[in-house]
Amino acid sequence: MVKRLLAILVLLIIGYWLAQGLANVPFGENKMLVGQYYLDHVKEQTGAVNAVTAVVVNYRGFDTLGEVTVLFIASTGVAALLWRRKRKRTAKTKGSVVLTTGTKLLFPFVILFGAYIFIHGHLTPGGGFPGGATIATAFLLLYMAFITYEIPHRGFEATEGLAGMGYVLVGLIGLAIGGYFLLDWVWQTWGFGHENLGRLFSGGFIPIIYTIIGIKVGMELSGIVDNMLKEEVSE
Amino acid sequence: MISAYYFGSVALILIGLYAVLVKKNLLKILIGLGIMETGVNLLLISIGYVSGRSAPILSEGIGPNQAVDPIPQALVLTAIVIGVATTAMALSVAILIYEKYGTLNVEEIRRLRG
Repeated sequence: MVKRLLAILVLLIIGYWLAQGLANVPFGENKMLVGQYYLDHVKEQTGAVNAVTAVVVNYRGFDTLGEVTVLFIASTGVAALLWRRKRKRTAKTKGSVVLTTGTKLLFPFVILFGAYIFIHGHLTPGGGFPGGATIATAFLLLYMAFITYEIPHRGFEATEGLAGMGYVLVGLIGLAIGGYFLLDWVWQTWGFGHENLGRLFSGGFIPIIYTIIGIKVGMELSGIVDNMLKEEVSE
Repeated sequence: MISAYYFGSVALILIGLYAVLVKKNLLKILIGLGIMETGVNLLLISIGYVSGRSAPILSEGIGPNQAVDPIPQALVLTAIVIGVATTAMALSVAILIYEKYGTLNVEEIRRLRG
């Protein structure tokens, strides 16, 4: 009890201190410095309409590269921690007919919607990470509905690695063409898509990179789900 | 007077911190970490808000002067993914701990060590 009261007291002090700091940050006022530059120039510099994905992929591309690396390390780490010689799915209760049939019907639609999200990252809200998470949700549905389902490991892990290499390769092409890593060569060197701004075939290399990221994130999160749902079986 | 969004996000951070400090169950501590992440993300997003403006997707009717700050949203996009990655790692460590010790109580795990 004393411990709880003490914790609440400390937290109230921390909360007061944070609120004091935040009192000097006005809510709802324009505090943009770099943000205004991004908003003003996003169309002619990157070809994207969605400023967030342009910032994530184009202006601050290294962030996304690091983010993809973190996710890759997490997926590898989960696989390394839960690695066993004999791990199998040991689900005992079967899903109902409604669940399995519904999953079968829903699966292609969820995949299609995930692909839609990451392909249209430069036009609509979303991008590679939400799209990839949606695709992983489709595989999670299969895992939940069918007691014996497993993702095809060999294909999934190869695709994941190839997608990661594809991202670095796109950056390296920029290095070869324009002189620095992750240069948007499709937009700045080729000038591809300059005339149809706001349509699908624009946005420089953002759709390419987001397709790669979407596939990679989808495979990685599905792999994490797969590792966590398996249990050790005693021989 | 502090804004409701700031108040809510600070409250979420404090609730998460409370769970981390007080709770004994490892899974509850991880839930507390998740709540803290949510609070931090909400705080970042609300700092970027400009009142009366719309999402930073420039289309017909929304020019560069009618959009909110895109940078906090990009930051939060990164932070969410990193949160998911750390949560996945921590959950697999929790699975291993339960398999090895048969308990998720942090005090008992400390006693069983060695």
